[in-house]
Amino acid sequence: MKPFDYQRLAAVEDLGQRVSEGDRFLAGGTNLVDLMKHEIETPERLLDISRLELGQIEDGGDGGLKVGALVTNTALASDARVRERWPLLSAALLAGATAQLRNRATTGGNLLQRTRCYYFYDTARPCNKRNPGEGCGALDGFNRIHAILGTSEQCIATHPSDMAVAMVALDAVVNLRAPDGSERQLPVEELHRLPGDEPQRDTVLEPGELITGVQLPAPPPGRQLYRKVRDRSSYAFALVSVGAILDVVDGKVDSVRIAFGGVAHKPWRARKAEQALQGQKATEENFLMAADAELADAKGYGGNDFKIPLARRTLAAVLRDAAGAEGETTA
Amino acid sequence: MAVISVNGQEVTLNDDPRTTLLDTLREGAGLTGTKKGCDHGQCGACTVLLDGRRVNACLVLAIQCEGCEVTTIEGLGEGGDLHPLQQAFVRHDGFQCGYCTPGQVCSAYAMLEEVANGEASDVTGKGAVRLSAEEIRERMSGNLCRCGAYANIVDAILDAAGELDRKGEASR
Repeated sequence: MKPFDYQRLAAVEDLGQRVSEGDRFLAGGTNLVDLMKHEIETPERLLDISRLELGQIEDGGDGGLKVGALVTNTALASDARVRERWPLLSAALLAGATAQLRNRATTGGNLLQRTRCYYFYDTARPCNKRNPGEGCGALDGFNRIHAILGTSEQCIATHPSDMAVAMVALDAVVNLRAPDGSERQLPVEELHRLPGDEPQRDTVLEPGELITGVQLPAPPPGRQLYRKVRDRSSYAFALVSVGAILDVVDGKVDSVRIAFGGVAHKPWRARKAEQALQGQKATEENFLMAADAELADAKGYGGNDFKIPLARRTLAAVLRDAAGAEGETTA
Repeated sequence: MAVISVNGQEVTLNDDPRTTLLDTLREGAGLTGTKKGCDHGQCGACTVLLDGRRVNACLVLAIQCEGCEVTTIEGLGEGGDLHPLQQAFVRHDGFQCGYCTPGQVCSAYAMLEEVANGEASDVTGKGAVRLSAEEIRERMSGNLCRCGAYANIVDAILDAAGELDRKGEASR
């Protein structure tokens, strides 16, 4: 690990103008410390935010919830309100990582974790995300775990979070604070970006901007489900995951929200599939038709070709399960 | 100098912020029960309790723990005074080489408290959490055993959990 300076912050206001280019915020460290050991992240200074007062889950007004950035994945998944009203979020969190990691990983950090692309992690291989302009090892290499939607010739990495997929389906919003103290809000759906010709940028955050929390709006009607397809039944990243909230009234889709994980550089809100389903009969045929609408632009790179039919079938299966249990709300 | 508490004893941290909690325990405090496996948070051999919660000590910078309480395998039981979980691992042959065992035991100890707290896992259905072999396999997935003693580890944890229940203790 490269040497760095360490500074612990006592209050959000401590940030002031002190954030500079070589700084990284440190919270749970489950991803950042690992990346520093690999010398993929080489901060000049760590600003330890882990003792800031951002660890609470509070009533967010209008039936919503306000989740502090430092709430651990364990605490968020276990919260009785989340379990009851946002079961999609709890299920997604519990499908990710291990108890040891979830005890340490935070809400803000989970959103900002980096890809687990083999070539990003292997510093002996080219990677445009790690070293812009160097080339991409995955394009013609081992790309079984890589993206099928929204890729570029620069990068086909995926975003690894389960939690973020649920948040995108739930229309969650991140609260951000800039070093000058100004604040803004951004839908989680708009936080992450597609690689384009700047794959080194995972998100649209400005330098020094800090995630202070996530707002969950009141959940929409319907059954919430999260399904994660992976190589092991526990402790593996998603090959494909689907988060869905489906409300069927009189046999027809009254409202539906869908997000995919494991298929793109960001959690993928499937708006084409949602539009295709709106007002349609809740049938297997229509579920597959909606999946086809979303996946029409999907592109395989050899090793990950299987993800296209897998995503299609997984979405149809999740919608079938959700429609079959109309009225239930627990994932 | 920054200080942490390990098994009730004060341990002074060195002044290099790169030092992980794992290296502090093994190199600084001389507590070599906690093992270094992958050093990347993937194997669970370094599992310890940080303020009562199980964590991978290899991914925690020691300086972040200033003022915190750490419990290692040495704090659960040692020598002839073994914790019921350790005794159950011996009874059920829950290991071969033993390298992952301290992490397994610390992880299982915290896991039983999580179950007692009613914290759900990926395989928990509706209603109350009930310990089962399926729950143990899911909840212990962060502790790898390359000898493959998993079946006996699950049996040992189930056995110890039953014994602790009979004693009326969450896991102590």
